[in-house]
Amino acid sequence: MGKKKINLVGLKGWLYLLPAILFLGCFMVYPLIDVFVYSFEEGYNSASQTYFGIGLYNYSYVLHDPYFLQAVKNTFLLVIITVPLSTGIALLISVGLSSIKPLRNLFQTVYFLPYVTNTLAVGLVFMILFKKTAYSDGLINLLIHCFGGSSVDFIDGPYWAKMFVLCLYTIWVVMPFKILILTSALSSVNEVYYNAAKVDGTSKFRTFMRITLPMISPMLFYLIITGFIGAFKAYSDAVALFGTDLNAAKMNTIVGYVYDMLYGNSGGYPSYASAAAIILFVIILTITCINLLISKKNVHY
Amino acid sequence: MEVVLQNLTKKFPGRDKKKHEDVIAVNDFNFTIPDGKLIGLLGPSGCGKSTTLNLISGLQKPTAGKIFFGDDDVTDLPPENRGIGLVFQNYALYPHLTVKQNILFPLQNLKGKDKLTKEEMLEKALAVAKLVQIDELMDRKPGELSGGQQQRVAIARALVKMPRVLLLDEPLSNLDARLRLQTREEIRRIQRETKITTIFVTHDQEEAMSISDLIVVMKDGVVHQIGKPQEVYDNPVNLFVAKFLGTPPINVFSGRVKDQELYIGEDAVLKVMGASDQEVYVGIRPEGFRLKEDGPLCCELRGVEVMGRDSSVISGNKASLNPAVRSIISADSRVNTAQKEVRFSLVPQKVFLFHKKTEKRIDFEAEEEQ
Repeated sequence: MGKKKINLVGLKGWLYLLPAILFLGCFMVYPLIDVFVYSFEEGYNSASQTYFGIGLYNYSYVLHDPYFLQAVKNTFLLVIITVPLSTGIALLISVGLSSIKPLRNLFQTVYFLPYVTNTLAVGLVFMILFKKTAYSDGLINLLIHCFGGSSVDFIDGPYWAKMFVLCLYTIWVVMPFKILILTSALSSVNEVYYNAAKVDGTSKFRTFMRITLPMISPMLFYLIITGFIGAFKAYSDAVALFGTDLNAAKMNTIVGYVYDMLYGNSGGYPSYASAAAIILFVIILTITCINLLISKKNVHY
Repeated sequence: MEVVLQNLTKKFPGRDKKKHEDVIAVNDFNFTIPDGKLIGLLGPSGCGKSTTLNLISGLQKPTAGKIFFGDDDVTDLPPENRGIGLVFQNYALYPHLTVKQNILFPLQNLKGKDKLTKEEMLEKALAVAKLVQIDELMDRKPGELSGGQQQRVAIARALVKMPRVLLLDEPLSNLDARLRLQTREEIRRIQRETKITTIFVTHDQEEAMSISDLIVVMKDGVVHQIGKPQEVYDNPVNLFVAKFLGTPPINVFSGRVKDQELYIGEDAVLKVMGASDQEVYVGIRPEGFRLKEDGPLCCELRGVEVMGRDSSVISGNKASLNPAVRSIISADSRVNTAQKEVRFSLVPQKVFLFHKKTEKRIDFEAEEEQ
């Protein structure tokens, strides 16, 4: 009797889990395994569902493809520049926001606006700022002219200029969310710790380094991890700025490369795309593991 | 260090903007706290005792009045320059630092000529940790300590810079009953050993009575009485102080004085010489009742609680303003619980008369009982 009841309870539990399991299984787990399998099938043809053999050729091809190497370089640059910068600036702004009283709500709203703004509108704004057209050089170039510099083509020009615009765009887009999280983390630090520090004669800087930072470290760590993952998966930002032919613009990212391999002009190679995707997965996994290791020492829950 | 409070006043802007009325948290507080004593600021919640503590600590600025530590005027000094140690109600230990790091924290802030070497700091931290008996817990985090241990760490952190004045905000409120007893002895011992002038805030009169050298009874921002605990208990200046001190609380009756005689209901209970004829509040301490067959005060008996050493008789009286009259008598005198009435005579020293309107104490001389 008792045994039957336990079984029934177990069954019920599985029944409740079923919808989620079905969905995740169909759209997450199965494709993941499939991608893994494809990445080892050489010369896979999706129309005829045939392949020549099994091996590491796909990986070798991808790793020797200059477009892929360019994409890896772009992605790493983007990650290394935008994650620390956006987190750092967001931290500065949040500290500023939480130490002013008047107009605080107004500023909080202003800083959050990019988050709710349409991506296309943002793209348009960046066009106006940076794009060189027949009629104008873009707002930034006008400014550069004012200070006596020569104009730079940020959208079709030199590599560093394009990278600069891409990084700026990424930072600008991810900042509001970080500010939101950090301001709430800062305001959740109990006032009493600051009072205790004040009584002990702690300087502002030391209070920030020794009390505020450790107290908000879990949130900061969350932002850094998600920031890394988000930046590694960047693709739409580059498309919004430089159009769909990213390989030609030398501004492709790893995800962009995967997409191009599948559907782009040079597309139709699911095996290469799968191999690139698996490489990206390994990169993100490694970086996240490193992050977790570092966090063990520095994050205080 | 002597602490002098001169006309200390703190007003907070009122919430209700239409009325423009300020909330007066502390009103014209004058008091000289003698050097090396343990002072208890006592009062119900919202009476301004914590605000007073914050004013002394410098976390809040007074609206008017001055604060002196010895001869130094510290009114405008920020907290860090006053030389105080403050123990917060919830301890405010930095959760990410170990006990040792917490205690070292104030020392590491020292600059210039006060700067200590690492060895000196460790030595000081260890000495103070030994004083509060937590030297074996130095490498734990606050989250791994019990409430009582956290309290000790907080005291150690406040003491490590050898402050001129130690301030404790509701030091025992987060501890359970047994630990509270133990910790208050501990605070007493630490204070005696360090001889630092210590001010602590509490709403628990028993706590304040048991360990303070002096208690300050406050209500609504006004100081009602200052004195040694026993003196204040024996000679309350008004009805509030009488009601606030003592467990079980004082029994209050409405009564009247007529021809030098105190009446409770229809019973003439006590000769009161020197009190003029008027309506009064009568406060009688629970220990002020004596069982007596033909005693003047007649109450309706409700029950007896035996508590070992003594028993408390619970009875009712129409003139009583408390729901029940509680009197403590020695356990030897037996009460026949079958009877409906119980009669008491009163101990004159335990009976206080208060003016009906001002609630101020009315002095009288009692005729010695034969």
